[in-house]
Amino acid sequence: MTVPRMHVLLPFDPDTLLSGVKEFEKALLDELKKNNLEEEIKVLETGSIGVTGRGILMVVYPEGVYYANLKIADIPRLVGEHFVKGRPVKDLLLGEVPARFVKREKVGLVREQKRVVLENAGMIDPENIDEYIAVGGYEALEKVLSSMTPEEVIEEVKKSGLRGRGGAGFPTGLKWEFTRKAEGTEKYIICNADEGEPGTFKDRLIMEGDPHKLLEGMIIAGYAIGAQKGYIYVRGEYELSIRRMQKAIDDAYKYNILGKNVLGTNFTFDMEIKKGAGAYVCGEETALIESLEGKRGQPRNKPPYPVTHGLWMKPTSVNNVETLANVPSIIKNSADWYRSIGTEKCPGTKVFTILGHVVYPGLIEVEMGTTLRDIIFNYGGGIKDGKKFKGALVGGAAGVFLPEKFLDVKMDFDSLKEYKAVLGSGAILVMNEDTCMVDMLFSIIRFFKHESCGQCSPCRIGTYELYSLINKVRAGEAKESDLETMINLSEIMFKSSFCPLGQSLVMPVKSAIENFREEFVAHLDKNYQCEKCRR
Amino acid sequence: MAEMVKLFIDGKEVEVEKNSTILDAAKKAGSYIPTLCYHPDLSPTGACGVCVVEIEGSPTPKRSCCTPVSQGMKVTTNSKSLREIRKTIVQLLLSDHDVTCPTCSANEKCELQSLANYLGVDTNGLPAILERKPLDETSVSIVRDPNKCILCGRCVTVCSELQTVSAITIAERGFEAVVDTFFSQGLGNSSCVNCGQCTVFCPTGALSERSEIDMVWDALLDPDKVVVVQEAPSIRATLGEEFGMEVGTVTVGKMYAALRRLGFDVVFDTNFAADLTIMEEANELVERVKSGGPLPLITSCSPGWIKFMETFFPDLAKYVSTCKSPQQMFGTLSKTYFAEEAGIDPSKIVSVSIMPCTAKKFEARRPEMRDSGFQDVDYVLTTREFVRMLKSAGLDLKELPDERPDELMGMYTGAATIFGATGGVMEAAVRTAYWMITGKELENLDVTAVRGMAGIKEAELDINGLKVKVAVAHGLGNARELLTKVRKQIEETGKSEYAFIEIMACPGGCVGGGGQPKGSTFAMRARRGEGLYAEDKSLPLRRSHENPAIKRIYEKFLKKPGSGVSHKLLHTFYYKRCDLSGCTIESVTEKHANHH
Amino acid sequence: MTREEVLNKYGKSKDNLLYILHDIQDSNPRHYLTEEDLKEVAKWLELPYSYVHGVATFYSMFSLKPRGKYIIRVCESPTCHLMGASNIIIELVKSLGVGIGETTKDEIFTLELTSCIGVCGVAPAMMINSEVYGNLTSEKIAQIIDEKRRESK
Ligand SMILES: Cc1cc2nc3c(=O)[nH]c(=O)nc-3n(C[C@H](O)[C@H](O)[C@H](O)COP(=O)(O)O)c2cc1C
Ligand code: SF4
Ligand code: SF4
Ligand code: SF4
Ligand code: SF4
Ligand code: FES
Repeated sequence: MTVPRMHVLLPFDPDTLLSGVKEFEKALLDELKKNNLEEEIKVLETGSIGVTGRGILMVVYPEGVYYANLKIADIPRLVGEHFVKGRPVKDLLLGEVPARFVKREKVGLVREQKRVVLENAGMIDPENIDEYIAVGGYEALEKVLSSMTPEEVIEEVKKSGLRGRGGAGFPTGLKWEFTRKAEGTEKYIICNADEGEPGTFKDRLIMEGDPHKLLEGMIIAGYAIGAQKGYIYVRGEYELSIRRMQKAIDDAYKYNILGKNVLGTNFTFDMEIKKGAGAYVCGEETALIESLEGKRGQPRNKPPYPVTHGLWMKPTSVNNVETLANVPSIIKNSADWYRSIGTEKCPGTKVFTILGHVVYPGLIEVEMGTTLRDIIFNYGGGIKDGKKFKGALVGGAAGVFLPEKFLDVKMDFDSLKEYKAVLGSGAILVMNEDTCMVDMLFSIIRFFKHESCGQCSPCRIGTYELYSLINKVRAGEAKESDLETMINLSEIMFKSSFCPLGQSLVMPVKSAIENFREEFVAHLDKNYQCEKCRR
Repeated sequence: MAEMVKLFIDGKEVEVEKNSTILDAAKKAGSYIPTLCYHPDLSPTGACGVCVVEIEGSPTPKRSCCTPVSQGMKVTTNSKSLREIRKTIVQLLLSDHDVTCPTCSANEKCELQSLANYLGVDTNGLPAILERKPLDETSVSIVRDPNKCILCGRCVTVCSELQTVSAITIAERGFEAVVDTFFSQGLGNSSCVNCGQCTVFCPTGALSERSEIDMVWDALLDPDKVVVVQEAPSIRATLGEEFGMEVGTVTVGKMYAALRRLGFDVVFDTNFAADLTIMEEANELVERVKSGGPLPLITSCSPGWIKFMETFFPDLAKYVSTCKSPQQMFGTLSKTYFAEEAGIDPSKIVSVSIMPCTAKKFEARRPEMRDSGFQDVDYVLTTREFVRMLKSAGLDLKELPDERPDELMGMYTGAATIFGATGGVMEAAVRTAYWMITGKELENLDVTAVRGMAGIKEAELDINGLKVKVAVAHGLGNARELLTKVRKQIEETGKSEYAFIEIMACPGGCVGGGGQPKGSTFAMRARRGEGLYAEDKSLPLRRSHENPAIKRIYEKFLKKPGSGVSHKLLHTFYYKRCDLSGCTIESVTEKHANHH
Repeated sequence: MTREEVLNKYGKSKDNLLYILHDIQDSNPRHYLTEEDLKEVAKWLELPYSYVHGVATFYSMFSLKPRGKYIIRVCESPTCHLMGASNIIIELVKSLGVGIGETTKDEIFTLELTSCIGVCGVAPAMMINSEVYGNLTSEKIAQIIDEKRRESK
């Protein structure tokens, strides 16, 4: 067996696929063959590396050189110059290197991201379990199974301060402890990969880029809480994630990392993928459980909570993909190491998606507590086309519209709370000066109206009322009192909706109307012109 | 002893069982919490949010109807903010509602209406957003008006959990969510057995009976028609409460008076036909016991149950009594026996029945129910429709005198009266079967083991040394449970431990029927049943075979129980039905099967 | 896969309902579930018919109406909305000549809207069956539709 001299990574994501990366890969392989390099240089498909809008991308190791906007016609030069002669093709390099650019080697990139959950994404072949193992994968699991009791695992996770990345920020160790201590022997761990929060695709990139990391985290979680079975509930739309996760599970079974007597111990653990069918509310943990049971995805009343009455009414821990993907590193490197990253109360990193009117839309992993300004202007490259910043919707659809004066907020669970905002899924939608906030709130309300499960009246009818009210505002038919009605109604919905979906609309509604009041008031005037509202 | 939990409701300490809800605890503490979707006899759905309360330490209010208590919990049941929430929720519901109270079938009985009134809701605050949906008028028994539905989910719970029919479900999502049948084909093309329990539990006018009031008025006002009326046993125990009397008051004399005031020409009583049913059914039981016919004999007077059997247990059809229900026996006789005796052309007779039941509307329209040569029963009114007619005629039951029915088909015994309560048919049949088998009268007439609200009741009767095991089930969920067991016994051993089984589609029997007043709780049903048992006790004759009118009809017309005429007019046969659409597939028993 | 094959693949456990519906719908060239499908699935899992109907209509990925060969699902979530999804939708409505939720007469396209499909980095985006198209512009739309139309011939 020859050890490849070089690894060439081709990120496959919607953007690169659109630019024809598949055809590019074929041509590249042909060219390598022509030069008898196919043994020496290994081409790998990987998940997204978080760079978008730059056409076909390519990363070459060991140098860690990044190319962008590649065309098939460039292949002969790349092979001839770089692969054969070892001289990177300067004019094809990723030009204006974004500040958030992933840096492995010290080759002059401006800034480094702190990567924990995404450390391997884009670096290894996600469909090859050996590559994961080669970079230290499954060492944490081995450590856990050979030298730690479940209680010790829980203690370590508690000590690390890891908090759920699904939105609510609940301490993960505590959730596991509740599940472990709950009565009964039949228990479940469920990975919440329903990722429906608009503007969020971090979980998809983890699953597509490093599926084994998630698996490892889940198996450790299963061991800790005393579960025999784990389910990954993936959004039905995420076909590639499902395929990659399935491949990972199949390989894990082959390596005895799943199944009977995991790694030769007496721990037995099975794993299955379940597929959603298009319902945002199924991201809510009890709705997810209902859906897993083959029902309409309508949330259950809480309490009782899933930790005591979950899947099939058995104790169940539901954890987000990103949460679980943090676990192997914590176990491997210790809780203290983890606490050294991020803030005191919110240790670790957070994966954010920066979207909208920024120069580099995409995904980054940075330490908790990084400021919003830093994220937008450094990692996101600032506002596109020389426009001015107007506001950001932080935390997904159930997030908060923040104006410029809040840009220095630290992005972690607790700091955001002070601004009555939430970290949510980590989605940051950046809006420039041309944006109409009425139109944006309209879009949010329409989303909720569409995704309300309809089970409870405050949300089912409330979202529709808000929808008709915001339409009135858009059409210039509203009175100032309608704005008050919207705020009051969303507050009542917060207090009386059955589940957090109906409860959370208050945040975008209130923050939009309060922080951008003038714009809303301006829309009340019949003669006001607004292109976005089509009037 | 269940584990107890102490908590504070509005500052008052209460102790309740560990698995109680906050609402239970508040009741105990004497704090009133308004509710809407909650119903004491159903598992809570938590749909409306009206019952929210504040809990110390909880960032948002919680639904008291489905939130369990916990130790030391501090609950506030009323506050400015809670009132605001409740008002807004009702306002939201009304904004998405076809508010037509004055003409609505639920008017004055509607829980949404009274809550709106009680909370002082202002309907002008929010834009009306109702997107009108078409009515479901496919069923002969029930009309569904989605524009009055508040999606409380009670009907779905009733249909799936209580009745295990599952004809309806919540379909679609969000604002489009709607109560619907399979592929939106409508109740009349579904497995719905017309029991009407959903209409009783529905807090609004979204589910109601298909009204025949107008047809009945037309008949009453047509001088060429002779309108004959019968009233089911249970009606007499429910009418009173609709006119402010205590639940369970039996108002039979006033009921006759009211019917005459409405203009019915001949006022008979279904109870007569109930006594007749007992004669035929007890005879059938005795025959089957003697001749080794199929046992257990299962009663057949509940048409919701009959359709349920035809749909889900057609294999047990041969065990079901061939007797028609009292309504249908009466209907046939009204156009044969009565027509002959009174010398009236049967084509001029309009036979109307006042029933606690929506399934009777379906039964009356079964194509085989025409043994008189005409549709045997022309119109069926539920208790609710009857009450509306009385009110529209300005009649107050309380003010009316006690009158007597017309005799020919109006006299009855205590055995007939208790038909209206679960276990009653069994008890009545036992009284007469005993006499038929032994030639002696049963001394202790009260078969208390089969009375009461327990879902499935069993008893072992001693008929002159012959030990007979019987069972009673009411509510189709209980029926399903019992029959699944019977089916299994028959499959495994060739026979069942029971000789006689009574089944009623509705919880509590006819006093809890699907045509009874909205809001009938199990507790109310039980009290109505007690009212009937009390009437039975007070009557001079308590055995069907002692009824002089019954003796007369056998002498003059029917000859004897199980005779050829009886079989022609009073017995029937059953179909196997498609469990998807409810349509008939083939007949699975034959008429006149027992004909000698 | 035929319906029978799907059913046999999954066995009788009721929690398989969603996956069975997925597979049956996926094997239908018109991407939908028929009345017969729901009926047979209900029988197989011993679930009430109405229940299966309730589940099938809850999830937006299932359709009870026949759809075109290509299902175009345009994301209308906030990010895509911000980046101009409404223009894309108008463009599609114009060039296909159908409204939202409708299928073209030639049965090639069905136009639907969807909540976020998780490719916001390339907003505005849409999916055609399982393929993602991003950074959409009016010109791109015309090009894609043309291409698909040609492919389907
Ligand atoms: C409407 C709604 C949608 C949600 N969607 C997701 C989701 O897509 N992914 C997720 O992990 N959590 C989601 N959550 C949060 C989950 O209910 C739950 O808190 C989370 O999965 C717990 O995992 P964690 O402790 O790791 O954060 C959602 C919650 C609500 C109310
Ligand atoms: S709040 Fe909305 S999503 Fe949640 S249960 Fe109520 S209707 Fe369903
Ligand atoms: S359902 Fe109730 S509130 Fe609605 S119209 Fe009828 S009586 Fe009025
Ligand atoms: S009438 Fe009975 S069977 Fe029919 S829908 Fe109502 S509860 Fe179900
Ligand atoms: S039809 Fe009646 S019982 Fe059923 S959900 Fe609607 S309001 Fe409730
Ligand atoms: S009565 Fe409790 S939620 Fe409706």
